[in-house]
Amino acid sequence: MSIEKPAGAPVQTRLSPARRKFLAGLAGAAGSGCLMALGAGLYATQSRALAAQALRPPGALPEEEFLAACTRCGLCVRDCPYDTLKLAAPGDPAPTGTPYFTARTIPCEMCEEIPCIKPCPTGALNPALVDIADARMGLAVLIDQENCLNFLGLRCDVCYRVCPVIDQAITLEKQHNIRSDRHAMLLPTVHSAHCTGCGKCEAACVLPEAAIKALPIPLAQGKLGEHYRKGWEERKKHGGSLIGDQLELPVRGLEDKPYGDSRINDDPPSDAPGAASGLDSRWKP
Amino acid sequence: METVNAARRPTPNLPGRDAVARKGWLAAHKWLLLRRTCQLGIIGLFLAGPWFGIWIVKGNLSSSLTLGVLPLTDPYLLLQMLAAGFAPAATAVAGALIVTAFYLLAGGRVFCAWVCPVNILTDAAAWGRRRFAIKTNHAPDARARYWLLAGVLAAAAATGILAWEWVNPVSLAHRGLLFGMGAGLWFLAAVFFYDLLVASRGWCGHLCPMGAFYSLLGKTALLRVAAPARNACDDCMDCFAVCPEPRVIRPALKKAGQESPVILDALCTTCGRCVDICGRKVFRLTHRFDQRSSP
Repeated sequence: MSIEKPAGAPVQTRLSPARRKFLAGLAGAAGSGCLMALGAGLYATQSRALAAQALRPPGALPEEEFLAACTRCGLCVRDCPYDTLKLAAPGDPAPTGTPYFTARTIPCEMCEEIPCIKPCPTGALNPALVDIADARMGLAVLIDQENCLNFLGLRCDVCYRVCPVIDQAITLEKQHNIRSDRHAMLLPTVHSAHCTGCGKCEAACVLPEAAIKALPIPLAQGKLGEHYRKGWEERKKHGGSLIGDQLELPVRGLEDKPYGDSRINDDPPSDAPGAASGLDSRWKP
Repeated sequence: METVNAARRPTPNLPGRDAVARKGWLAAHKWLLLRRTCQLGIIGLFLAGPWFGIWIVKGNLSSSLTLGVLPLTDPYLLLQMLAAGFAPAATAVAGALIVTAFYLLAGGRVFCAWVCPVNILTDAAAWGRRRFAIKTNHAPDARARYWLLAGVLAAAAATGILAWEWVNPVSLAHRGLLFGMGAGLWFLAAVFFYDLLVASRGWCGHLCPMGAFYSLLGKTALLRVAAPARNACDDCMDCFAVCPEPRVIRPALKKAGQESPVILDALCTTCGRCVDICGRKVFRLTHRFDQRSSP
């Protein structure tokens, strides 16, 4: 039982009941409104990540900026002639409403006109991108060297053949097959300077699960420290070493052999290991 | 058997019986039918492209392109974009200005009643409440929407992304219908059941920040509902029962604080349901300056 106030006792408050009610209502309104906004902000921050298999359309701004710029209208999706682009529904691998594509399902066909960029009303897809070869939707990575058929010594080459930037974005690098000791392996090798991340290699990979995958660039690529300088590049740029030439010494007993004496740059070496078998042709692409 | 059922579950006195009896079914549903036609027609225009290859309107309510020339952008979304620190391209700005100008003229919350797809859902929930006599009502203060309106902008500024778009039922619904709903269905189900079981007109009438934004554009609305025949009112309360913002009716109908018979409150969505539901033909859809008032 609550304690009852004696009838007629003055209410001990400086606020009139009407004002009290008004303030309580205001606090309730502010509370529920701000709480919902807070919830939305938290949820959005939690689920802002782009999944590894989701790639952005060509010309998309860096992810942070893109999530502020994209209205989620789907005009890019509508103008994609190959149904590559999708708008993410809640539960899809990209933040709600934003355009993405899954390379393994339908890769980007790299239209010369880039029709998906043109209708973007905000510039979330940057109209400054005019040459599709400059697009960087992602980066292909030969992610599974254990199951890639070329790494097993077979000549699959499918990813290399379908690459729209063949021989630049993907090259085949020849290596000696140590297992058989008598064959070559032609290893598909991606070069980030030319890969647009279209994902055609991933879509075409013949394995049940692709050995080569187009990934969002932050996942696919490392980054050198800003202060790093590559000695050989600097030397070329300046016409000589900036810190004086390195002292080069032969390995004792292997003087005059190219693999033991760095002062000799003899190509091809005549007596490197493997040469004895006579099977290493030393062919370089 | 029948009498037992009737006694156990009396049919609630649904508003509109009088109107149907006096004016006929069609006249008692005229604006409702027009409104549904408009809402579904807009969705249909967007769907004609992907379904039948007839490209009239592309995109969705967030941004669209009509006949390849007319860009439209949700102005509230543009404000969030600016708050998030992104300067959008001219097309989006132009689109937002066109939409703003239109709703300043027509009436801000005309969007809510005639365009927004969530309205169909919450109207269904409101009908369910009347039909099944659900009386539980834990609606927040109706001003909460303005705090949410500001909070959404603050969230965009704090996170640097369009945070509200992760949960906004309005864009989720429209985008879902056009591009695939996915798990968005759960958000919409939440809104429906919130309105049906928890709070009367809870979403559209108390919380939705888009509705709040459009109400701010509604101060100069030309298209308005008026009660010129208010003297014929027989206090049946049907209009209050169906109105999504019941408090807007009283000043015009009962001369509470104003002489004009025009409903001037910017929260009125101009849905015209009161016009339909009134058997005495008290209301009519008219313009802001129509001061006619029959004796």
